[in-house]
Amino acid sequence: MSSPVIGISFGNTSSSIAYINPKNDVDVIANPDGERSIPSVLSYVGEDEYHGGQAFQQLVRNPKNTIINFRDFIGLPFDKCDVSKCENGAPVVDIDGKAGFVIARGEGKEERITVDEVVSRHLNRLKLAAEDYIGQTISQTILTVPTDFTTEQKDALAQAASKIGLKIVQFINEPSASLLAHVEQFPTEKDANVVVADFGGVRSDAAVIAIRNGVFTILATAHDNKLGGDNLDAELIEYFAKDFESKNKANPRKNARSMAKLRANAIITKKTLSNATSATISIDSLADGFDYHASINRMRYELTANKVFAQFSNFIDSVITKAGLDPLDINAVLLAGGVSFTPKLSTNLEYTLPESVEILGPNNKNASSNPNELSASGAALQARLVADYDTDELKEALQPVIVNTLHLQKDIGLVDATGAFVPVLSKETYYPVQKKLLLKKVSGDFLIGVYEGDSHIEERTIEPETKDEKAADGEDSESEWSDDELEIVRERKYTLGTKLMELGVKGVKNGLEIVFNINKEGVLRVTARDLKTSQVVKGEL
Amino acid sequence: MISLPPLTSDITVSVNSSAKLTEAIRRPIEPVGKHFMHHAQRTLRNHTWSEFEKLEAEKNVKTVDDSNVDPDELLFDQELADETLLSHDPRDWKTADLYAAMGLSQVRFKATENQIIKAHRKQVVKYHPDKQSAAGVGLEQDGFFKIIQKAFETLTDSNKRAQYDSCDFVADVAPPKKGTKYDFFEAWAPVFASEARFSKKTPVPELGDLTTEKKDVEAFYSFWHRFDSWRTFEFLDEDVPDDSSNRDHKRYIERKNKAARDKKKTADNARLVKLVERAMNEDPRIKLFKEEEKKEKERKKWEREAGARAEAEAKAKAEAEAKAKAEADAVANASAKADKKKAKEAAKAAKKKNKRAIRNAPKEADYFGDADKAAAIDEQVGLIVDSLDDDQLVTVADKIKAGQAKEGLQEIAVVLKDAGKLPASLLPYFI
Repeated sequence: MSSPVIGISFGNTSSSIAYINPKNDVDVIANPDGERSIPSVLSYVGEDEYHGGQAFQQLVRNPKNTIINFRDFIGLPFDKCDVSKCENGAPVVDIDGKAGFVIARGEGKEERITVDEVVSRHLNRLKLAAEDYIGQTISQTILTVPTDFTTEQKDALAQAASKIGLKIVQFINEPSASLLAHVEQFPTEKDANVVVADFGGVRSDAAVIAIRNGVFTILATAHDNKLGGDNLDAELIEYFAKDFESKNKANPRKNARSMAKLRANAIITKKTLSNATSATISIDSLADGFDYHASINRMRYELTANKVFAQFSNFIDSVITKAGLDPLDINAVLLAGGVSFTPKLSTNLEYTLPESVEILGPNNKNASSNPNELSASGAALQARLVADYDTDELKEALQPVIVNTLHLQKDIGLVDATGAFVPVLSKETYYPVQKKLLLKKVSGDFLIGVYEGDSHIEERTIEPETKDEKAADGEDSESEWSDDELEIVRERKYTLGTKLMELGVKGVKNGLEIVFNINKEGVLRVTARDLKTSQVVKGEL
Repeated sequence: MISLPPLTSDITVSVNSSAKLTEAIRRPIEPVGKHFMHHAQRTLRNHTWSEFEKLEAEKNVKTVDDSNVDPDELLFDQELADETLLSHDPRDWKTADLYAAMGLSQVRFKATENQIIKAHRKQVVKYHPDKQSAAGVGLEQDGFFKIIQKAFETLTDSNKRAQYDSCDFVADVAPPKKGTKYDFFEAWAPVFASEARFSKKTPVPELGDLTTEKKDVEAFYSFWHRFDSWRTFEFLDEDVPDDSSNRDHKRYIERKNKAARDKKKTADNARLVKLVERAMNEDPRIKLFKEEEKKEKERKKWEREAGARAEAEAKAKAEAEAKAKAEADAVANASAKADKKKAKEAAKAAKKKNKRAIRNAPKEADYFGDADKAAAIDEQVGLIVDSLDDDQLVTVADKIKAGQAKEGLQEIAVVLKDAGKLPASLLPYFI
């Protein structure tokens, strides 16, 4: 057996590796320290190089030689890099116009490494971990990248990978990878519009993806480089710092080391609060020799970080607007990334979005319980898939001719017995496409009216008197009763648009199959076939 | 599920050709997932939907066959083959079916080392005293576990395993009962397969079937006639006392063991010889070969005698031919004689007739207008007729018949004169 292709999800904060094991399950690979979500951190102490969780711990004692948040710098000129991201770790410096780091390697020696080299070393560590786990050498991988990565950045990544003997077979977009992993785990035949929201450590990305016949089309993307899990940490740190100050009359904010300690522990507390309703924090000698012990419950934490949570919700709203859609058009929000563990994120979204939108967070039984592993899993699934194809075949498949396809801009559907429009090929369906509609056990003569559909949002008021409670502040929106007071019901209504064709089917005995087919040239062909007699009525436009 | 409106008008297809689909937008689709790869394949290879569905269906059939179950696992017993093993006294472990204890009762001597290790692990997990006590069985009731351990010890040591396999009578397949009806190959193949495990030489030829060639069948039986077995019966030895207190007794036991072993070995060899002999007697192919041989012999004999037979036949034929020929000759001679006589007579008659015709010719022709010379003409004609040979006679007669009597007679007279048969003086009228 040739060596497997692995999937790597390379994030700013943490990375994951996954592959499809011989039993055809997705295996997210743990590094030798047992971490499945491996911090993207490299740290140098003298001659030694630390990686992952071990390097992450070095942030407290050895921040100057600990490289964090370097992913986004790759392939970018130095002046475009947001150096503030690395202020807690090794500072970013300009090396030949590129971002780089200056690292002390013991005995006064210094090493200047560019971000390309850092990425190389990081990927090498991931590769070694995967090889350890699988027991075979790895030479090919699928790498996930954010949707806004430029070609230069991808090239730089490919180069960094090829340095360590790793060939990147394909770059895939992070949201697509996450959605792929989700769809694979919870297969659905239905077409849907899904918002894939990836809340990472230091940045957030969201994409509206239309699933049509299992094929994904990104309708809109949004990125926020200032929003992420670190913002939650910051709120929590600020809360603890205030608390500590009031208790001990010492300010931990003045001391970088105190802050590092506080940050490390606050992160642990935050993660605990995702699973438990209360957590403790205890730091020895936080500042001025004072120890710090405190406990915090989830409610307090959610209140403290309420502003950030609101930002997350707004971020999702913004991407939906950007796609030119209404929240009603969205079928689900898939949460990916580490922040998704926070229960408040899901409940907040449930509250702001219509009921028809399913929030696919770790608490939903129809979603993966490990949102931070989704994109690596997706990459692994794609890796398994492309392993069956030759390089040439894959290369051809990725040509623009094939990737760029036409998408319908209006729904096409049928008229049902009540005269209402039933969409069959929804808006944003790519073509060539074929869709079958099976009407079991129907009999008689039928009229198949094929129309283009128009839609609009209809607002209905259920209760005459309007109450203003809904727009109350955050504390009120927490309470359950405010949910029941929705006075306006919004619905998407379809009306018949242009009539395309009508087919008359006679004497159907037992079931009817209607096939909608749009070919490359955009010719719509509707075929109705009697299941019993195989009689066919065909119309072409 | 939607319900369609009923058909009100009588249309089959009416396309609103003036309508156009709303202008489409070109967007990239995400190149991930199998649905995308399918889309790409369809587009690249210009497959129609039905073609593509067919291809996919074929692919699915192929993948269903691949299962990821360890093939070894399928060979192991799902449940303990012999429940009495659980209460078997571990001190008498030698009498227990060790393969059954390991859950390998279906595989037995064919089990590979790997399979034994795997099976052992499986049994230990199930029957370890700790596990059993958790299930409510007393810790001291570990007899079966001891047997499993003994079995593992025995089966993983190649020497001990050979000894155990030698005495694994469960794996022996008994030959079919005499006097019953059975298919030879079905009944005997497993017998030979089980006996083959003791062969020092490998590979062991297979029994084959009715279509096996004579050469192979003979090789098969000659192999079994000269079978070299490693079967030993040490496993059944009586335990030799371990203490050095009674050396004589120890030696006695050892000697007894050896004698018993040899006896068993001899008996086993004899059993095998008998077995092979019986199989050979019953083998329908051997019978077939014998029959063929017999036929062949007869055919050869027939051929050998063919020369003599042919000679006799040829002789008889020649005799008959000669006889027939003689008869035919006699008949021919007789008829020829008669014919000749007839012809002669006929010729004579013809001659006579011709002569008469010639003689009478002048008279019939009124003596050619010279009736006064009639006597001379008759006389001269008489001379001509008498001196004519047969051929001339015919020629002249023909001429006369044609009415040219005078010319004919004149011609012949000249001929006769020239030939010197008659002098011209005697035939003045014609010359």
